[in-house]
Amino acid sequence: MKAILILADKEIRDGLRNRWVLGTILSFAGLALSLAFLGSAPVGSTRAGELAVAVAGLSSLTVYLMPLIALMLAFDALVGEFERGTMLLLLSYPVTRWQVVLGKFLGHIAILAVAVLVGYGSAGLLLAWSGGWDVEGAGSYLAMMASSVLLGGVFLALGYLVSVLARERSAAAGWALGLWLFAVVLYDLALLGLLVAGGDALGAGQFVALLLASPTDAYRILNLIGDRAVAAVAGLAGAAARAGIGGLAPVAAMLGWLLVPLLLTLVILQRRDL
Amino acid sequence: MSDSEAVALEGVSKRYGAAEVVREVDLRLGAGESLALLGHNGAGKTTLIKVMLGLTRPSAGDVRICGRHPWERGFSALRARIGYLPENVVFHDTMTGRELLTFYARLKGRSVAVVPELLERVGLGAAMDRRVRAYSKGMRQRLGLAQALLGEPVLLLLDEPTTGLDPVLKRQFYELVAERQRQGTSVLLSSHALSEVEARTDRIAIMRRGRLVACGTLVELRRAAGCPTRIRVRAAPSAVEELMTTAAGVGEARLVAPGSVEFACRNGTKMDLLRRVSALGELVEDIEIVPPSLEDIYDRFSEEAAPQ
Repeated sequence: MKAILILADKEIRDGLRNRWVLGTILSFAGLALSLAFLGSAPVGSTRAGELAVAVAGLSSLTVYLMPLIALMLAFDALVGEFERGTMLLLLSYPVTRWQVVLGKFLGHIAILAVAVLVGYGSAGLLLAWSGGWDVEGAGSYLAMMASSVLLGGVFLALGYLVSVLARERSAAAGWALGLWLFAVVLYDLALLGLLVAGGDALGAGQFVALLLASPTDAYRILNLIGDRAVAAVAGLAGAAARAGIGGLAPVAAMLGWLLVPLLLTLVILQRRDL
Repeated sequence: MSDSEAVALEGVSKRYGAAEVVREVDLRLGAGESLALLGHNGAGKTTLIKVMLGLTRPSAGDVRICGRHPWERGFSALRARIGYLPENVVFHDTMTGRELLTFYARLKGRSVAVVPELLERVGLGAAMDRRVRAYSKGMRQRLGLAQALLGEPVLLLLDEPTTGLDPVLKRQFYELVAERQRQGTSVLLSSHALSEVEARTDRIAIMRRGRLVACGTLVELRRAAGCPTRIRVRAAPSAVEELMTTAAGVGEARLVAPGSVEFACRNGTKMDLLRRVSALGELVEDIEIVPPSLEDIYDRFSEEAAPQ
């Protein structure tokens, strides 16, 4: 456990040194603040609280931004150290390979968590302070922050998998970009196409299953449909009612998307002959 | 096989796909002993060191480091007592020397208080708060040695540690290693020049194409190599013919320049030849005796053409 913490600490220091932490915090804060204050203008004062509006807006942007940031942090994590040659020395230390991966994961997710906490947290506090406070809205805002970190974790794990499979850094970068494009854009486009073409052939249950099969859609469900007030803002209240998705299924789907790639990474790295 | 042995390899082979990089190597390194592992690039030295560290598992054979298998559960903890300096060591070069060594000290479970002192000892005291990116090759190598020396290692594995260092740095480097050796650390270092490790290690092992072709002290290797001593005789050009007949049958004679003959003497024929040559009296102008050089001995074992 101590080795994991030492490795995590190093990743965090690296993040601070190369301004990753600062950049991520600033981009999250900028996003949240501009959405919170510009975004509420056209809506005016609706029955839905301002926090719920912010959740709808922020989560639909986080779903693009967070996977990108997480993949950028993770794609280089293993292949980069192998390519530069620093991994050889590291593994000659009293550290096991799974400790290396978990240490990096812990460090990276801490960076993302801090960025979400500071970036989204500050915007949330400002919103609440300027009169948008309501208990339900605050709850869904906090849930949005937590699930954003979880989304980051999912794409960190996927990034490590890319990183352990790729032979070169440049290949890993390409794969990570492709993965991002597929997960946040292409999959949903394909699903939409399927809906349009298939029409009624696709049952509601199957549709929900296809949504849950994608970590980004699970995140959307969690934040846009899972909460009644937010669903009202997002215009998805009907969908939520029909699908009847509980809060646990999307969380479980996302946890699965975090654990399986992470485990695969560990197994592949363990078998790698140096 | 006693536990006190730092390294004990028995019939170790390592295959990467179809390529057999290490073949049936037996090698021992006693506690406090030092050994130089010599061989050309690609002879299998680095792979053998990786096997000792448990970074790669041998395809066949037995490996024990301080009495334990590197693939054994809990070997990881033993690594805290092994210092390793990889060939062409690379660091995270955005960190400073002090930050890096602190990180490695913590990983080895050592107090970080030793870091400044250790950096001072390898001559990086003034540069410890500079980023490693700005370090020269020699400084990086010394930082590499510093991390290997962390935590009073019982075994040091140094992979071509002095490549690219100038002679002064080389000497300083070996002095630091020798200091550690006097404190009882076993040292295994690889190199591709015998002249470099001469008199620096107790024993020398030579690898060729994955096989261990020789292992012993320099005296033993010299004898085993059976390299000829060369005797160059300069005589009046008119006397060359006489010189050649006199020495016939003792050593191979070769005319290297007008009036200059070189004899290659093997296995104690040297004195016989010298007696015969000196019997020619004033016809001989000069005699030069060239014992086999370290490079000759090394080439004898490491060249492709060498006898099995």
